[in-house]
Amino acid sequence: MEYGFTTAAYVVAAVLFIQSLGGLSGQESAKRAVWYGIVGMALAVAATLYGPGASNWLISLVMIAAGGAIGWVVAQRVQMTEMPQLVAAMHSLVGLAAVFIGYNTHIEMVRVAGMDEAARAALNGFAAVIAHKSGVEVSILRVETFLGVFIGAVTFTGSVIAFGKLAGKVDGKAKKLPGGHLLNATAAIVSLVLLVVYLQTGSSLALLGMTLAALFIGYHLILGIGGADMPVVVSMLNSYSGWAAAAIGFSLSNDLLIVVGALVGSSGAILSYIMCKAMNRSFISVILGGFGGTTGPAMEVTGEQVAIDADGVAALLNDADSIIIIPGYGMAVAQAQQSVSELTRKLRAAGKNVRFAIHPVAGRLPGHMNVLLAEAKVPYDIVLEMDEINDDFPSTDVAIVIGSNDIVNPAAQEDPNSPIAGMPVLECWKAKQVIVSKRGQGTGYSGIENPLFYKENTRMFYGDAKKSLDALLPLIE
Amino acid sequence: MKIGALSEIYAGENRVAMTPESALQLVKLGHACVIQAGAGTRAGFSDALYTSAGVEVLPDAAAVIAAADVLVKVRGPEVAEAEALRDGQTLISMFWPAQNPDLLEIVKACGATVVAMDMVPRISRAQKMDALSSMANIAGYRAVIEAGSNFGRFFTGQVTAAGKVPPAKVLVVGAGVAGLAAIGTSVSLGAIVYAFDVRPEVAEQIESMGASFVYLEFDASELPDGAATGGYAAPSTPAFQAKQLAKFRELAPEIDIVITTALIPGRPAPKLWTADMVSMMKPGSVVVDLAAERGGNCDLTVMDQKIVSDNGVTIVGYTDFPSRMAAQASTLYSNNIRHMLADLTPKKDGVIDHNMGDDVIRGATVAKAHEITYPPPPPKIAAIAVQKPKEKVKELTPVEKRAAEVAAFKHQTRNQVGMLVIGGGLILLAGLYAPAAFMSHFIVFVLSVYVGVQVIWNVSHSLHTPLMAITNAISSIIILGALMQIGSGSWLVTVLGALAVFMAGINIFGGFMVTRRMLAMFQKS
Repeated sequence: MEYGFTTAAYVVAAVLFIQSLGGLSGQESAKRAVWYGIVGMALAVAATLYGPGASNWLISLVMIAAGGAIGWVVAQRVQMTEMPQLVAAMHSLVGLAAVFIGYNTHIEMVRVAGMDEAARAALNGFAAVIAHKSGVEVSILRVETFLGVFIGAVTFTGSVIAFGKLAGKVDGKAKKLPGGHLLNATAAIVSLVLLVVYLQTGSSLALLGMTLAALFIGYHLILGIGGADMPVVVSMLNSYSGWAAAAIGFSLSNDLLIVVGALVGSSGAILSYIMCKAMNRSFISVILGGFGGTTGPAMEVTGEQVAIDADGVAALLNDADSIIIIPGYGMAVAQAQQSVSELTRKLRAAGKNVRFAIHPVAGRLPGHMNVLLAEAKVPYDIVLEMDEINDDFPSTDVAIVIGSNDIVNPAAQEDPNSPIAGMPVLECWKAKQVIVSKRGQGTGYSGIENPLFYKENTRMFYGDAKKSLDALLPLIE
Repeated sequence: MKIGALSEIYAGENRVAMTPESALQLVKLGHACVIQAGAGTRAGFSDALYTSAGVEVLPDAAAVIAAADVLVKVRGPEVAEAEALRDGQTLISMFWPAQNPDLLEIVKACGATVVAMDMVPRISRAQKMDALSSMANIAGYRAVIEAGSNFGRFFTGQVTAAGKVPPAKVLVVGAGVAGLAAIGTSVSLGAIVYAFDVRPEVAEQIESMGASFVYLEFDASELPDGAATGGYAAPSTPAFQAKQLAKFRELAPEIDIVITTALIPGRPAPKLWTADMVSMMKPGSVVVDLAAERGGNCDLTVMDQKIVSDNGVTIVGYTDFPSRMAAQASTLYSNNIRHMLADLTPKKDGVIDHNMGDDVIRGATVAKAHEITYPPPPPKIAAIAVQKPKEKVKELTPVEKRAAEVAAFKHQTRNQVGMLVIGGGLILLAGLYAPAAFMSHFIVFVLSVYVGVQVIWNVSHSLHTPLMAITNAISSIIILGALMQIGSGSWLVTVLGALAVFMAGINIFGGFMVTRRMLAMFQKS
């Protein structure tokens, strides 16, 4: 009876979670969707506490309350520019929790295995479930536990490194230990061997050894991936945290965990796919780090970069009717989103058509720019994605590029030898006038020369994005 | 230094090389300004305006030449003017050194420096002093206005109570600066505008101005490459010309206004609008020939005159369009001069530093210190990047398209069936060994992945960050596992379980809260 009730609650919770993700298809329905998620989660937790197998309510509730309080405070305080770090940090928690739960399962297995028939019959809760498993089922349980711990451990160290890189605590450049991917491959093979050992013997040492190997893989894999590939990495870790939950669900025979794990896993996988597509790179090449090889010398860039001052920019903007702003990671770094919003407000008040063009990999997290602009109160209906706005550039008077580089690089289309050849880019150079706000004359993350800066209709507005925009604001009529 | 502006002595020239406004800017560079009395009158700038701008008005040309270190003019110097220059004096004006070798000899003899505004190289940095472009812009505009005043109909089509008026059809030949200006003006007056140029790369510019480009059926390899000649047109092949004329003949009967601007540097204007084309045009039509000074693009053009052909087509051959808009032309030209002087005075201290190492200054200087410095060496920076031959996308025939579609479909089917067979086979294989309990969970798993894929594809791009935050929160469903284990036996399990609950708790609350915060920020305008 009780068990049936818990299962029913899980079904309702699963439906609510699916609704919650499905609701994210639009900004307005998303506001409702988040409540579905919250109710689903509350229902699932309550049903589990109420249902069979749960005990130690006191500890459980205290822990939830303590964790919840911390989560609440962090969520209230976090800056929107710090979202990528926060998301990475949260992934690491899911990973670590998966490792702990996997270990628990293992410990229980060992304990139950050491009991005699009478003692087994007296067990209740989770241990009782294990006690009733047959030989094959125990083997499968071992594989599931092993997988859960493996994925959880990779997610944990991977997310910690990703967090460090995004927060600037670890050098953002792609780095590898001597030995490179050979080390990863070795660690993976060691894990595979240990899986066989564990399957045969159930030895704790094998599990422990594999955990260390998995922790190393997570650490080293993400260390080898550079800053601009972070959107892929973060979505990939998101996916892993889901698969870890699904694996744990299998080992605990809990369908809700499986459902949610699969949802989250596929969600992260799709996001990674979208990000890779947006950079025209295969998932493998992102994971292996570094850009793909070139097929010949890059096209020579001719011309000169022409600088412009705030007065000049203001004059151009005052004369323009239609303006497209292309923000990039540089805007987030300079914390310029408020100034951009203010600029937008003033230009729109003057009756100009101002829109934003967002490249899928702008920023360090999928959708990062959208959140920053939303925080600065830029209305979302003027923030458009690449496919929606790319055809509008030829009829645009001024395109303003703020802190982005590779995503507006015409070499991707014009130079078949460019390392980013074939990557979809925002065709801002087709606008009548392009203004590039940029700190200096250097190249972007990828180190690729950007012919946009040398185009005849491009003017370079050098300086820190926020300071430049603040100097510009009073000059706009 | 003292900058002196002379009155133009060429008959019918109304422009002036210095305006009160440009004088103010020159003073900011540290220069003093003088002007010949009455120099600006025909452009609408009285002597009093100059005086109030701080310009000293001198009675005649001789006084100005004597007082000024730098002379500015619009037209090139007459022989008498050139001879009056003294050693070390600088003259900035149009000069046309290729056509005026005698003048060059004269200034060489007297030792003056001459900066020819028509020799400014065509590079981005020098655009602000490109007087040819600013004058061509005015000529293009004025050509349309001139055509309109000789054309007895509206430009724009109208449906009125008194009847329907068709829109005028305008053909612009040559899409240089003047041509583009003419296109822009005619389009904004409401005409249907066609434009032609021998350089196929300007098609995009023409279309961006709202005109339609007249395409010739031609093999790309036979086309001249405009980039090789610094952005100017080059003479075209006879075969090309024949095609071009045939196309014009086809268009002539329906065109109301023709504006020709085709010039090839250093050559007479090509004849593009022949007498028979004029005879094909409707009475009342207008041809404005901006190339009249170099012989005209139209057979019937008479330089500096407006004539009417036998069949009633007006042909305008004026050469002084900028001068007909003297106030506007003077403002722009004096700004070009002012920018040139700004480059010649890099320190803004009123001292001219004639830096021959500078591409722009070197290119424009045709004579200096008893030497002729024309023609200049080629500039270090190419005016326009060489056009890379574009890969032509091959047009597929319907049959080929159909075949490609079928092939793609077959390929897709093969892939899909292959995946299903392999995937299904693996699952069946697993089913042989795995117990039923596992398989029932597996069904749930596979279906959930499918649901997840379907649902996530619909998520809006802009909500990807909230999506990650919310998936983060719900992946903490892992807390259920910890809750189930926490009361189970050993203390180690309890501790690990409690820690897992704690971490998942952070995630659940943190994830949902931050998602809510983000979503609340998305606002519609």
